[in-house]
Amino acid sequence: MLATLGKRLITVIPTLIGVIIVTFLLTRALPGDPAAYFAGPAATKEAVEQVRVSLGLDKPLPIQFVRYVNDLVHGNLGNSLSTGRPVVTEIASRLPASAELTLLGLILSMVIAVPLGILAAVKQGSWIDHTCRVVATAGVSLPVFFTGLLLVYVFYYILGWWPAPIGRLDAFSSVPPNITGFYTIDTLLTGNVETFRASLSQLILPAFTLGIFSLAPIARMTRASMLAVLASEFVRTARASGLDNRTVIITYAFRNAMLPVVTTLGMVFSFLLGANVLVEKVFAWPGIGSYAVEALLQSDFAPVQGFVLTMAVMYVALNLLIDILYGVIDPRVRLEG
Amino acid sequence: MTETVSIVPAATPKAHSNSIFSHARYVVAENPVTGLAFGLFALIALCALIGPYIVPHDPLASDTAAALQAPSWKHWFGTDQLGRDIFSRVIVATRLDFVIAITSVALVFVMGGIAGIAAGFFGGWTDRVVSRIADTIMAFPLFVLAMGIVAALGNTVTNIVIATAIINFPLYVRVARAEANVRRDAGFVQAARLSGNGDFRILLAHILPNIMPIMMVQISLTMGYAILNAAGLSFIGLGVKPPTPEWGIMVAEGAANIISGEWWIALFPGAALMIAVFTFNLLGDGLRDLVDPQRRT
Repeated sequence: MLATLGKRLITVIPTLIGVIIVTFLLTRALPGDPAAYFAGPAATKEAVEQVRVSLGLDKPLPIQFVRYVNDLVHGNLGNSLSTGRPVVTEIASRLPASAELTLLGLILSMVIAVPLGILAAVKQGSWIDHTCRVVATAGVSLPVFFTGLLLVYVFYYILGWWPAPIGRLDAFSSVPPNITGFYTIDTLLTGNVETFRASLSQLILPAFTLGIFSLAPIARMTRASMLAVLASEFVRTARASGLDNRTVIITYAFRNAMLPVVTTLGMVFSFLLGANVLVEKVFAWPGIGSYAVEALLQSDFAPVQGFVLTMAVMYVALNLLIDILYGVIDPRVRLEG
Repeated sequence: MTETVSIVPAATPKAHSNSIFSHARYVVAENPVTGLAFGLFALIALCALIGPYIVPHDPLASDTAAALQAPSWKHWFGTDQLGRDIFSRVIVATRLDFVIAITSVALVFVMGGIAGIAAGFFGGWTDRVVSRIADTIMAFPLFVLAMGIVAALGNTVTNIVIATAIINFPLYVRVARAEANVRRDAGFVQAARLSGNGDFRILLAHILPNIMPIMMVQISLTMGYAILNAAGLSFIGLGVKPPTPEWGIMVAEGAANIISGEWWIALFPGAALMIAVFTFNLLGDGLRDLVDPQRRT
């Protein structure tokens, strides 16, 4: 297991190098003057020159790259133009908000999509199967920002069940002490039930928006792989040996059907992290996505670069985690390693 | 079944055009949803072509006296904050969204297609370089990479097209590479080589036409994604500038009014966007049934 893990870790290295090169190239090797980018649209000629020297942009490209990597190693992503604060601290303080939202969205969609996919496969051709197909096709066609606005209209404006899209907490609640950075967990840890309710009610609509978005690929994949497994010989043998339907489906079929679903999660995360930006914009969620969007519109480049890099590194890490999970679920993968 | 077999050697489409046609009719009859998708596609294409000439109002003309009106006989989809007619704007926007999606898909079709075919056909270092580039792009959450590219290249529509093309690059490379790889030692390739054709001629005249049908399916499948991606970028304020009518930016303009109950400003452009993406996804599935019956689900 450790050897497999080590081998997998090594394959991450070229990917990370690629990611770093791309984020570097995004700022340097492209048309236009990068120093002007970093100095901002209102900067004078002297200010641009000053920035050029202070960032080392007057040096040749390879030296700039070494400097860039060195900065990264020391956790320096530069400063934001508009706020003047280091990008790293800004991203670190906003990351929990995004993570809380994305994880709850993923959990919600798994809780709905996996049973839906299983039922659709077990009762193939029934109304559940048709529902699953409609959900899977409609889900990939829905623009996530549009779903979010629809949910706000129905559940806030018409029904009044959930609060307005104004961020993580309403004006009456105070921010809980920072333990994990997840408001829902921090409030529970400190026993503050009222604020827990407030933060959860703010979280529910954006999380559902993300959940609906990632529902489709998970449901479709669960259905397809359950169908394949249910038609296989070991399931037939299990049935022939007189095991009851429940045991066959849950113990035999489900565990094997989960493997391709776990693999799909990699792709789902790619969509989720992107959709997260749009959902944060719709719900005024103070995460790293809305931070990057604000910076982008002000031509403030350092935060955008830091954001793209953070997202890519997280995505690589998530894929690594999925691979490890795969080994936990499927012993055959461990044996090969 | 004979029809499905006869479609495989697509290198000589003329001889089989009749059977392809009857096969298409068979697929549409079997799956009426595909027929619906073709119908919707025709409608969208029509809007893109003649939309600006048939709309009842000027999409840019504001009329503050008639601002924020609910849908009525005069304004079918209502009016926005500036009193502009939303129906006209939604129809006129079709062309821009359509053009962004088509140009970006055409761009990636050429880039990704050629790179992928070369990687699959030559193997070796060509394959390694192309695959490494594709893998590196795939290491990013794709929408996030698109944001970064637009930020770096500059905030214009052209750069939205380029960014959308780049994030679709790995998908095209993967398909083209796999298909070219299977055919590199096929009988017709060896025959072509024996008759004295060079590598590039074989690649362009023999392999490319053969994998064309599968690439066409890929185009249709990624069109929906390209539209979604472009609309998402303009929703967050990149690329298209107001007052240009474009679905993503129109939804963004209506977002603030949702919480005060003016649903029509965001709903209609959002619905148009959804129908367009839905059409292309259905169309992609339908075309796949047509071209590659084995992968039918």
